[in-house]
Amino acid sequence: MSEVRGIYTLWLREVKRYLRERTRIVSSFVQPLLWLVIFGTGMRFQFSGTGSLKYQEFIFPGIIGQTLLFTSMFMGISVIWDREFGFLKEILVAPVSRISIFLGKMLGASTDAVIQGIIVFSLGFVVGVPVNALIFIKSLPLMLLITFGLVCIGLTIASFISSLESFGVIQSFVNLPLFFLSGALFPLSNIPAWLQWFSYVNPLTYGVDGLRTIILGSSWTSLSPLHYDILVVCVFDVAMILVGTLAFSRRR
Amino acid sequence: MSYIIETWDLTKKFGTLTAVDKLNIRVEKGEVFGLLGPNGAGKTTTISMLCTILKPTSGTATVNSFDIVKQPAQVRRSIGIVFQDPSVDDRLTGRENLVMHANLYGVSANEQKKRIEAVLKLVELEDRADNLLRTYSSGMRRRLEIARGLIHYPKVLFLDEPTLGLDPQTREHVWTYIRALSKQEDITIILTTHYMEEADKLCDRIAIIDYGKIVALDTPHSLKEKLEGEIITVKTKDAERLSKKLTETRLVDKINIAGDELKLNVKSGHMVLPRVVEMAASSGIYIESVSLHEPDLGDVFLHYTGRAIRTEGGEEYHGLTAIRRRQIR
Repeated sequence: MSEVRGIYTLWLREVKRYLRERTRIVSSFVQPLLWLVIFGTGMRFQFSGTGSLKYQEFIFPGIIGQTLLFTSMFMGISVIWDREFGFLKEILVAPVSRISIFLGKMLGASTDAVIQGIIVFSLGFVVGVPVNALIFIKSLPLMLLITFGLVCIGLTIASFISSLESFGVIQSFVNLPLFFLSGALFPLSNIPAWLQWFSYVNPLTYGVDGLRTIILGSSWTSLSPLHYDILVVCVFDVAMILVGTLAFSRRR
Repeated sequence: MSYIIETWDLTKKFGTLTAVDKLNIRVEKGEVFGLLGPNGAGKTTTISMLCTILKPTSGTATVNSFDIVKQPAQVRRSIGIVFQDPSVDDRLTGRENLVMHANLYGVSANEQKKRIEAVLKLVELEDRADNLLRTYSSGMRRRLEIARGLIHYPKVLFLDEPTLGLDPQTREHVWTYIRALSKQEDITIILTTHYMEEADKLCDRIAIIDYGKIVALDTPHSLKEKLEGEIITVKTKDAERLSKKLTETRLVDKINIAGDELKLNVKSGHMVLPRVVEMAASSGIYIESVSLHEPDLGDVFLHYTGRAIRTEGGEEYHGLTAIRRRQIR
């Protein structure tokens, strides 16, 4: 029971901190809008393979995936902040297991990332994607599932790294390949076969594919069936939660 | 006699550096126990092990009769800690920090409110409780951390350099809280410090620690008593030469040199002082100043370690602190 309370306490802290940062929430509108409106408009005649879909419609689920990816990875920084400002010690000496500390942090960061995702979701009307409540409700669980694993990557990296600068460098090494190879911006049929293999081991590929299937419906020819997408993302989550817990449990 | 803290050959090595070397201490219930030593002596490493943040390289200890290696969870529940470096969340309010702590330590919801009010009152922060921590001064943060360390009724409270970096007035203030605390609460306090005055004013017993070892352990009073008589401090550029001259006579019990200061342990200061000045004058040694005083803990430290506590270089400290930072993940 006390472990559950510990997880809840740490979750609440993350969410409170996030909601207090108004500027971050406002700015979270801006970047995806730039992608959707400027990038989307500029590139719309360049691609084939999107079928009957407008390019902006095509990238919309991809931009949601991108937002989840970037925000999740960025949340790893909170661990480094906590360490830098000493707060991590207060948590680590509390009578709460390392697993609960990790889960609390992970759930809190995921909540923040999904809130960002929801904000982008609400921008669908700007590019003319017909989003409604039903589609939203169907997308939400998948968004959460995608986020869990990604947040774990960020937290795991952060647990090995002590400076903000090197976290930034490593983060972009992970972020950009995952993003570009997920098919968020272009159909994967546009890249050479050997590169496609990297896409197939990229969990975000299945996340984006799943979101497209839910949001775009029958006008999108999915890479794999939705239940298969969800299964891959779940396996990824479980693996990353294990890795993250191990990374957090080290004690010298 | 049951001890609230007992250590057996507690040792911690960082690579080749032995930070704590076979430490054996016993702390009695209800006392204020001081670990006094220069920066880098191993005080914080000792506390970190007792708090289960660091694992000892060898040896072990019990806190509230729980083993720090085998029963870390029970140990954590029994202790409160105020770290040397700040450890509050400055994006939350004072009260939110306290509530979070209470929840992490499983203080029941009914009790929480009352307890938080009580500890806030103890450190006189009731008025500022709902302000964000980032608006607090460093003294107020310190006080809030002390309050936080008390919420879950710990049996032992660790204060690691509680007044480091505070201005003299705030320091006095914090001392008042610590004294009030040891009276009001059923609690044992372990305090590390490198301020002599702090150890002298607050502690029932003091362990002087240097290079990871205990060099003396007693009440402040008897530590000073062991340095019978008085201390003459002579300031001169020719400290070495004067010290040589003085050893030839039988006037002085012990001589310590700290920079350009000569500390002489003597039985009767008033008798010896004129002789010392006379001897210096006849040998052509220029004395800048002379003073006579009762021994304080600074002299005690010098007596046991042969070094003045404040002249310790900061280098070692940075090295150790850096290592410790890396350990804490």
